[in-house]
Parts: sequence; C-alpha cells; structure tokens
Amino acid sequence: MTRRFDAIVIGAGHNGLACALDLARAGRKVLVLEAREQVGGAAVTRSFAPGFSVSGCAHLLHALPQSMVQDFGLQRHGLLLAAQAMPTHALRPDGPALALHAPSGLNAADAQAYGPFQKRMQGFGALVAHLLNTSPPQLSLTRWGERWAMLRLALRLRLMGKSAMRELLRIGGMNVYDLLDDNLADAPLKGALAFDACLGGEYGPRSPGTVLTWLYRLAGEQGAGSSGLSQVLGGMGAFSDALGLACTAQGVHIRTGMAVQNILTREDKACGVRLADGQEIEAAIVVSGTGLKHTLLDLLGAPQLDTGTVRRVRHFRARGLVAKLHLGLSALPVFTGADAAALRGRLLISPSMDYLEQAFNPSKYREIPEHPALEISIPTLNDPGLAPEGKHVLSALVQFVPYDLGPDPQAARAKLLQNIFSVLEKHAPGLGALVEHCELLTPSDIEREFGLAGGHWHQGALSFDQFFINRPLPLYQQYQSPLPGLWMCGAACHPGGSVMGLAGRHAARAILESRSAP
Amino acid sequence: MAGQDKWDVIVVGAGHNGLVSACYLARAGLKVLVLERKDYVGGAAVSRSLHPEFTYSNCSYVCSLLRPEIMRALELPKFGLQVIPYGGGAALTRDGRHLATYTNPDAQRREYARHSPRDAQAYERFSRDVMRQCKFIKPLLMRTPPDPASFKSQDIMELLYLGQRFHALGDERMHETIRFWTMSAADYLDEYFENDLIKATLAGSSIIGTALGPRSPGTAYVLLHHYMGDIDDAVGSWGFARGGMGAVTHAMADSLRASGGSIRTDAPVAQILVRGGKTTGVVLDSGEEIHASTVISNMDVKRTFLDTVDAKALPPDFVELVRHFKIRGSSGKLNIALDGLPHFPALPPDSPAIKGDMHISETMDDIERGYDDWKAGRWSRHPYVDMLLPSIIDPTMAPEGKHYMSVFVQYAPYELADGPWDDSKRQAFGDTVINAIAEHSPNFKSLIRHAEIRTPWDIENEVGLTEGNIFQGELTMDQLLFNRPIPGYAQYRSPVKGLYMCGSSTHPGGGVMGAPGANAARSVLQDLGLRGQA
Repeated sequence: MTRRFDAIVIGAGHNGLACALDLARAGRKVLVLEAREQVGGAAVTRSFAPGFSVSGCAHLLHALPQSMVQDFGLQRHGLLLAAQAMPTHALRPDGPALALHAPSGLNAADAQAYGPFQKRMQGFGALVAHLLNTSPPQLSLTRWGERWAMLRLALRLRLMGKSAMRELLRIGGMNVYDLLDDNLADAPLKGALAFDACLGGEYGPRSPGTVLTWLYRLAGEQGAGSSGLSQVLGGMGAFSDALGLACTAQGVHIRTGMAVQNILTREDKACGVRLADGQEIEAAIVVSGTGLKHTLLDLLGAPQLDTGTVRRVRHFRARGLVAKLHLGLSALPVFTGADAAALRGRLLISPSMDYLEQAFNPSKYREIPEHPALEISIPTLNDPGLAPEGKHVLSALVQFVPYDLGPDPQAARAKLLQNIFSVLEKHAPGLGALVEHCELLTPSDIEREFGLAGGHWHQGALSFDQFFINRPLPLYQQYQSPLPGLWMCGAACHPGGSVMGLAGRHAARAILESRSAP
Repeated sequence: MAGQDKWDVIVVGAGHNGLVSACYLARAGLKVLVLERKDYVGGAAVSRSLHPEFTYSNCSYVCSLLRPEIMRALELPKFGLQVIPYGGGAALTRDGRHLATYTNPDAQRREYARHSPRDAQAYERFSRDVMRQCKFIKPLLMRTPPDPASFKSQDIMELLYLGQRFHALGDERMHETIRFWTMSAADYLDEYFENDLIKATLAGSSIIGTALGPRSPGTAYVLLHHYMGDIDDAVGSWGFARGGMGAVTHAMADSLRASGGSIRTDAPVAQILVRGGKTTGVVLDSGEEIHASTVISNMDVKRTFLDTVDAKALPPDFVELVRHFKIRGSSGKLNIALDGLPHFPALPPDSPAIKGDMHISETMDDIERGYDDWKAGRWSRHPYVDMLLPSIIDPTMAPEGKHYMSVFVQYAPYELADGPWDDSKRQAFGDTVINAIAEHSPNFKSLIRHAEIRTPWDIENEVGLTEGNIFQGELTMDQLLFNRPIPGYAQYRSPVKGLYMCGSSTHPGGGVMGAPGANAARSVLQDLGLRGQA
C-alpha cells in the first residue's frame, strides 16, 4: 500500500470531477475512481440503439453556472453547445403551443399579471441563488465567518423591502398549486409552470414545499445566465468529457472501470480505498461523490457509525419519480400546434395543475399514472449527429413513475409505455408509427445504469427537511462525514444536483478550509 | 342601547375565543358587550338538544387543548366547568383486529409489542422526541408572534427570545426541530414505526381538520396536538366537558357576566363601522348602531374583512391577502342518538377502549387515498372516522341505557365536483360513514334513532365558519406564526385602528384552546395602556 495521493474522489460524476478539479487547482494530487467505463455519472451520452444516441439521464442544461464554464475552461476542452436559450412550449392537443416566455391567448387579467408575477418570482429566485452559492453553516453559528454569512443573507432579505420580504416568508413554505391559483387563471400556463416546480422532485403541485423547488429551479436558471436552457453538442456525455479533460490537464488522475469495494480506515480516520480487485490505494482523505447510503452503509459500513447516524442515513429519502423515454424515429414527428422553433426547444405536456396532481397521486401507492406528464426534447434537430441521416431521436422525461413498480414490474412497465404512447399520440398523431427503437428507463433502471441513488435527480429529495441546513444529514451539512478524513461531494449534499457542479465545488472549498486539509 | 360611551369594547361573536377575550377585558375593568348572531352562545363549542332527551356536542367534541392558565384566570371550574378525563381508545380493522391506545405508557408499550416488538421500542423514542417538541412549542402558544419585517424593539426582543430558545436546544435538537416542523407525518412516522396500523392510528391525528394528507410535508407537527392535551397538567390526556362542549362556553359566559360583561344573543352584526381609519362600533342587521372605540372580531378573517368591513376602508393588498388566506372545508360530523351500546367484535369484552376514541383507518395509504378523493371533489369512499361515546362517561348526554355517539369524519369537501351539496348527497355521505362503522359493529345500524349529518357546507351555514373549516384557516407553514392570518397583521391588530381579531384565524390557531382570545386581549390592553391578567 503506497501513499501517493492527497485525495481520492470516488465517482466521476460531474460533482466528483468538479471537486477533484478544484482540489487540483489548489495544488493537491488527486485520483478519481470511476466504476463505469466512462466518466460523467448521470451526465452521459448513451447509445440506445445502433446509430442512435441520446443524453442518458439529464438531457438539457438549465442551471450550469457560467462561473464553472469559465473557471474550468470547459470551452477550451471541447464543450460546445448545439443550442442556447432554448424556448419552452406547453403543448395543447387542439391549439397552438403556449410559449412560456411570451404566452399568447391569455385573458386580460393574466396578460397583465404574468410579467410582474414572473419578475417577482425571479427576484425571489435570486435570493435562493445566493443560498445555493453558500455552503450551509453550523446551526450554532460558532464561527464568525458563518455568522457573517448568515447576517449577509438576512440583510439581503431585509433589503428586498418590507412587502417583498413578507411575501417571500409567506409563500416560501407554500405549495405551487395555491400560489399559481392566487395569481393566474390560465390552466395550461399554470400546468406548465407547476411542471417545472415539480420536475425531479418527489411531490405533486399541491404538496407544500413545491414553491421552494420552483424557486430552486429559477435560481439555477439565473446561474446559467445568458445561455439559458441549452443542449450540449454530442449529448451530455460531451460535457462530462470536457470536464474530464479539464481535470486531466490540471493533473488529476482519472481511472475508469475501477469500482471501489470499501473505504479503508486507520485509527478512526479514512485513509484510502480498496478496489474490487483487492488493490488498496492510500490517500490523506477520501471524498465520495456517490449516494449517501452507498457511501456510508456500503463503502464505509454501518459498524463504523453510531446507531443514530445509521438510522438517519437509512431514512434519507431518495425516491426518484422521473422515468426517461428514448425513441429512435424514422422521421421527424409532427406535434399539433408546435412550429419549427418550438420543436427545437423544450415541449411540455402538463395541460393543467390537476392533470399533474393526478399524474402524481398513483406514485404514492407504487402505481403507474394513467396520464403521465412529459418534458420532450428532439435533440437531433439541433444535433443531427445523434441519429442516422434523416432519422430522429425523441428524449422525454416522464413524471411521476415510482421507483418500486409494485408486485408485477413487467406488467407495470408495459402499462406505463402504453399510457405514455397514448398521451404522445394525442399531441403527435402518428408518432407511434415512426418508432424504430424504444427504451424506457424507470427510476430503478436509472439507479442501476447510472449509479444514481434511488434514480433520484438530486440523489435525495429536495424537501425542507433535507434542504440546506439538513442536507444530507443533520450535523453533517458541511460536506464532512461522521468519519474524519471522509468527505462527501455528491448531489446528496447542498445544493443538490441539476448539473450545476456546486456541491462538488462547495465540498472542495470545505476540504481546503478545514484544519485537517491535506 | 345606543349611548356613545356605554361600551368600551364590542366583541363580535360569542365563540370560545370571543368569550375568552371578553372575559380578560372585563376583568381589566372595561365595559364589554358580546354580540352573537345565534340565539345561543358558544360558536363551535356547544351542547345542543337536537333529539328529545339527548345532548349533542354537535361541533367540537373533546376538551384537550384549553389552556390551563385560561381555565384558572377565568375561574371556569367555579362557573361550572367540569372536565372528565377519558383514557385511550382503539383503532379497529375490518378483519377483526384492534390496536388499543392507553394513557399509561407501560400499557401502551405492551399493546404496541403485541403488534410489533420493534415498534414498542420505537414508541419510547417517539414519545420522547415528540414530547420534547411539545415542550419547546407550548410556551409560544400564549405569546404574540413577532413581526420579522419590523424594527420595533418589541418585535426584535421577541425574535431574540425565540432565537435564544431555539439556540438553547443545542445543535442536534435544532436540526431535529427544523425537520419535525417541515416533514410529512408519513415520513416522520416511517422513521420510527413499521406496523401499518400503528402508523395509521398516529397519522390520523395529523390530518384532522386539514386539507392535506399524511404524505403532505408540514403535517408532522400536527402530531403534537395529540400530545398537547393538558387536563390537570397531565400532559397528553383528553377529557369530556360534563354536559357537552357547551359547558365550556357556558362557564365562560357566566364568568364574563360575573365580571360585569354583557352578552346579547340574536344580535347579528351586519357591519363593523369605520370612520377615518378608526372603528366606531357596529351596525346590527336590524339597523341598530352600537358604538365603541374597540371592536374585536371572533369571526374568521374572511368573514370579518370581506363581509363585515367596507372594502374601501382597507388597504387593497390587505384585502387581496385576505382573499388568498386558505380556509378549506375538509371534515364532516355525524351526531347519532343510539338505543343502546353498539357492539364492536374486534374489541375484547370489557375493553376500556369503548370509553375512548375509536378510529377506523388501517393504513396511512387509506387515509392518503381519502385525501385524493377530497382533491377530486368527493367525500372519502373509505373515510377516516373518529368515534366517541361520551354518554358512557357522562350520563347527562343521553337517557339511561341510551347513548350519544359523536363521529368526526375526514375528508369531505366544501364543494363537490358534481355541484353543491343537497339532501340526497348529504344522506349519501352519511350512509358512507354509517356503513363504514357498521362494518365494524353488526348491531350499530339497528340502534340508530336519530342522526344529524353535517357537511362542511352545513357547518359553514350553521356555525358561520367559512367553508366549515374547524380551525378558521389551514394550519400550513404559510399560515402559521407571523404569517397567521396575514403577514404584518399577526399581532391581533388589523389595518383599522381599534379593530382586532381574536378567532382561530390568528396565532396559534384552532382547537378549543382559547389562546388566540387571550393573546388578542393582551394586544388590546397594551394599546389602551391597561394591565390585565392576559
């Protein structure tokens, strides 16, 4: 066993790579170990049929911070965007699609209210963006730096003005259903906005906490700046490849196809890892980018932790509810009411908030929605290289599909596919006939294929009780783990996933600022 | 009656909070008049004889949250209030099992062990953790919430007080507290228990009266209600008011009269008068004007400001927020006169459970599906039912050998998807509930002499609670503490000078607790520069 590295990062997901890169930029010698053959974790390009490729899990960037692109020189390392500032349209089966940036056909009251409402919510989003960019403090605020950070946050809240501050404190804990109902009347518009609030989460629009997840999304969008919603040329894997190249250029060692068996400890401190093949690698610290349960219960092991912590880890909720549908199509489908520009962007099928809530209800009982809500992208319109010439790829996020498909998973899958196609056919008649290849990944498939805990976008629910100060665990919100020398940098930590890289970067900062920094 | 200076204070509505406010103010030497629309006092805490020889607590039905300091300050026992503790109860299943609840922790542990040895152990942890939250929150009930957007020294001091109390919990418990206040009851209970029946039984108390399901975030803290009962300082116990819930408000009314206050029933207030931003009194439906420089409304915030105050006298954004305040009907009530004691085969003979509250709910999913029904605009097909037979313990409620049964039902919507409530729908709703009970009690149906079926719509029309919501407003995060009822107006004052709110729409909310009434009285006394007991 030789000591060669300052830090070993487990998992080459984007947060793991971002953490490794920031550590390397601070002069540390870093090794990244990835179990799969390619880097990227859930941000990968996947060949799902001969000649057809698609972004495997996340398919669009909406929250990639400009600062990360610049700091890491991602463009220099090959990151190219096939499309930027993509529009979002809500599909209607019997009329023109509704453009969310400039909706037409609203009644007079909505037409007047929508702009100011959106602006107010974006203002609140800016405050949440501030929260995303802040590492959670200790609750007792013993350190002066943390007191100062929280004071600044409180000050920002005060500076919004009395009425805005009161409004944020009121709606912050609300559900998005009531908030939208209070402000707008148009059902398709509210359905689409509520979809964004619930996307990737574990709740329907009537559940309290969905205003928070909406603000979270708006905050992410502000970080992305002018690029807005964008599509990576070559699929999401090209983003991870660029990040990997940036790492290598900075001297980070990345080894793929190397699964970590367990984390090694000496004198109650993490001191390295043992690989599946028995090889042991030593390092001053170990940083894990994989899921919370996998890290602490599988790689470290419950005997290393006290019972209270084990119980908390077991209760960390990571129940993904988003399935992914990949279709290889013989020709471009026609969606009712969507013009060429709309087709190149993001299409939503969530015609009303009640529709969305009804799509959510069955998931509580491990059942399949009758009418799922969808986010659709046709990436080949912006990036024809993903399919053979003249053919197309349709990539869709499907809400809400439970992780556990009940007693007969095969039948549930078949039923789900049938339900998805009946919804799709309603908006794109004849689409079924174009399908040459079809792949459906449910949350449990996503967990297996991409190593994403629970198949959950954020490796764990973003609800109040698992947010900021309590993420991922009470007392361990500062990227440290219960075991000295073991750190966490995955989406299970604040501020979660969404291909932002913030969890990884916050973790690197926490490591470098700690007294025991390698 | 129209004398300019006759009354210092008018209280609109003789519900328990209105009476509590009135009592405190009368005891501080003010001349107080309470005006009540109905021909009896009590609001939702009443005893009614709707069938010969039977007395129904036809709205609220148990006494548990009434603050002991209020009971003492108003000398309610002296004015006839007698609270009889009852212990425990049981949850019944269709296949003939039961889970008993006991007030004795050892008995409770043994009962849980019968269903799951693991849960019996978890129960100790659970009780300890919930009690800790209880102790943290209890002192806050009788305090006025601070306004976080204000720079007044009183608000800053109160915020500091809260911050200090929170900080004193220590790191780990601060985290736990944040989690407890934001989690769903289902997630919280899943962290302790494995047995479905145990979880469903506990979850029931988290959704009573709310338009949320046990899986909705923010329902865990409502579990506290079960532990907050405070009869004779025996934390967690519940009781009947002897003679029905009307005994509570009657004692309050007598206490008020004894300290010089007056009550006029059959005196519906049509409008609260506002001149130059100040209230000057009220106008009754009859046209009679009664003047006072202080008016306290016991009505919910919507009734007060949307129906009874001229909108022009209020700031438009305030009115907008009042409109957006969520008061949702989600529960119904059956009051049943029985010819004898119903038999519940699931209970062992001689089980004390029949004297307590009995639930029908087998899994949290059942309750959640009941909530899904509510969302879709229909009453729960398999409702959560909380049954009590007060006449076993309190013989004044029914003739000898006969019994009064109070049945609380969750969920029933205020408006049905297929149109408003009518007689046949009300009957169908009642049948759903009666059939659900009959599934557990073969002789139940044959014993029914009379049944009063109350939908949220009925409760609104008879009691005057908007949508029939028993808490005068949802108890969700956006409507608690400094947000209740309206941000910036959470200290019982309104935009109109001299007009106050004292109903359950204000902090700390519903239940026959009396705290909003006492807190409101304190705000009034503070503004008048007087000292009182509140």
